[in-house]
Amino acid sequence: MNAKTADKLATGIIYTISGIVALILVAMLSFILVRGVPHLSWHFLTSPAKAFEAGGGIGIQLFNSFYLLLLTMLISFPIALAAAIYLNEYARKGRFTTIVRTAIEILSSLPSVVVGLFGFLLFVVKFHFGFSILSGAIALTFFNLPLLTRSIETSLAQIPNLQREAGSALGLSRWETVIHVILPAAVPSIVTGVVLSAGRVFGEAAALIYTAGQSAPALNFGDWNPFNISSPLNPMRPAETLAVHIWKINSEGIMPDVSAVSAGASAVLIIVVLLFNVSARKLGAMLHKKLTSA
Amino acid sequence: MANTIDLKPVSEFISEDAPARYVYDMSPEKHEIALSTHDLQVYYGDNLALSEGDLAFERYKITSLIGASGSGKSTFLRSLNRMNDGVATVKGNITYRGVDINTKAIDVYEMRRHIGMVFQRPNPFAKSIYNNITFALTQRGVTDKQELDEIVETSLRQAALWDEVKDELNKSALALSGGQAQRLVIARALALKPDILLLDEPSSALDPISSAQVEDTLLELKNQYTIIIVTHNMQQAARISDYTAFFHMGKVIEYDLTRKIFTRPKVALTNDYISGNFG
Repeated sequence: MNAKTADKLATGIIYTISGIVALILVAMLSFILVRGVPHLSWHFLTSPAKAFEAGGGIGIQLFNSFYLLLLTMLISFPIALAAAIYLNEYARKGRFTTIVRTAIEILSSLPSVVVGLFGFLLFVVKFHFGFSILSGAIALTFFNLPLLTRSIETSLAQIPNLQREAGSALGLSRWETVIHVILPAAVPSIVTGVVLSAGRVFGEAAALIYTAGQSAPALNFGDWNPFNISSPLNPMRPAETLAVHIWKINSEGIMPDVSAVSAGASAVLIIVVLLFNVSARKLGAMLHKKLTSA
Repeated sequence: MANTIDLKPVSEFISEDAPARYVYDMSPEKHEIALSTHDLQVYYGDNLALSEGDLAFERYKITSLIGASGSGKSTFLRSLNRMNDGVATVKGNITYRGVDINTKAIDVYEMRRHIGMVFQRPNPFAKSIYNNITFALTQRGVTDKQELDEIVETSLRQAALWDEVKDELNKSALALSGGQAQRLVIARALALKPDILLLDEPSSALDPISSAQVEDTLLELKNQYTIIIVTHNMQQAARISDYTAFFHMGKVIEYDLTRKIFTRPKVALTNDYISGNFG
């Protein structure tokens, strides 16, 4: 076989494999969307679930998912940012840095159900947080932290060293350079990373089953005092999320329209995750453009 | 140009018993010294990158540092305002205004405001043109808008960039061309009103026209600043500098008035280098 044929053959194989990957995704997406989208309605998206009769919605689960995501990001972003700044800007090669990096790698490869069970034992049982949004948010933080740290670290590493040299040549301290030069320049790619990880957190179920719980008590959307038990903002209430809801009704749902609810909820979940992915790229590109032009 | 120098090979001037080194006697009686180094040695790990770094730089003059890649000239330059801190070990004295600035007690951030630096590749911040210049100032407490406006205009004029950007000061600096960006970086350094400006091959990443603009800028600046420039371009060294130091294998081989270096160098090695026999 001469070089030209070999090249053609290899290219063909690579194209086919990439095509198969794309095809799997398209097939799965269209299956879920085709099955689910017909069940979507404003009523479905906003009304509470019903356990025994048809016509229930996913309103509370949807709200829970977003609220849990918000709390998780509020906890994990500052920690991930600080860790990434340390690792990329301050850490020198040494034992401590190696240990930190190894810890992050191991944390990122922990199965999420293990993280969930750990969260159950420590926060739900030991700390008496109960099945609550707070327990769930902390468990998701464990799950999210390594990925977010890695992604922010990569964003910082992409900023050329010339920028750091420019800062120190102007008599700026390393801290001033990091805060006012490196971070702003890295914002587009940090935002992309955060939104992408938000998509992952949004779809997570296993870590939440034993932490945020599997029940979605009725909420009073007129009560925004976070200390009231029926307030949507109360972080100590149990909160079944959309992904957990899908798992739950598929394993033990007894409402007559269970397959319709499941298909609709799956479609919503997929659509939201897709929106996160697309908007992450768009947002990043937009911020980058804003930064580099007028 | 008055100081253009004929670059024909000058081997006929070199005698058989040329000295191995020659360092111009920059006696403090005759010259006003802006910065001097004594016994400077730079190590990368255990690797000695520079030794015998004894040079004095005259105030309001341009001094070129020339030599082949790896000759230690950039290493030397970056040691002068401690940019090698954390990268390499620098031993010896660097005297600025009678003070050895190569000691732990020195506030390097404050010192670098007096000894500014411009790098090979333009490195504007991802900020507006205006904020690129004012940023370091505002960090040091200069907040008066009118004062900042004046500094922006003055430093951009000094860097010969004002006319090109005066109507778009709020535009991102990343949208500038390479030559403009490099002049912006020079303006940014000038805004801090340094005494000494160190330039590490400031025009090697630029096209010839931008490069000429940067050179003109430097010649203008000479009246108010002491300039030390590393360059690979010997025509550039000959055109703009008053003094030239030739580095080879981590040592200063010859340091003299530029016209002497380029017309009748005292050391045979210098002659080999400037006539293009190596490097």
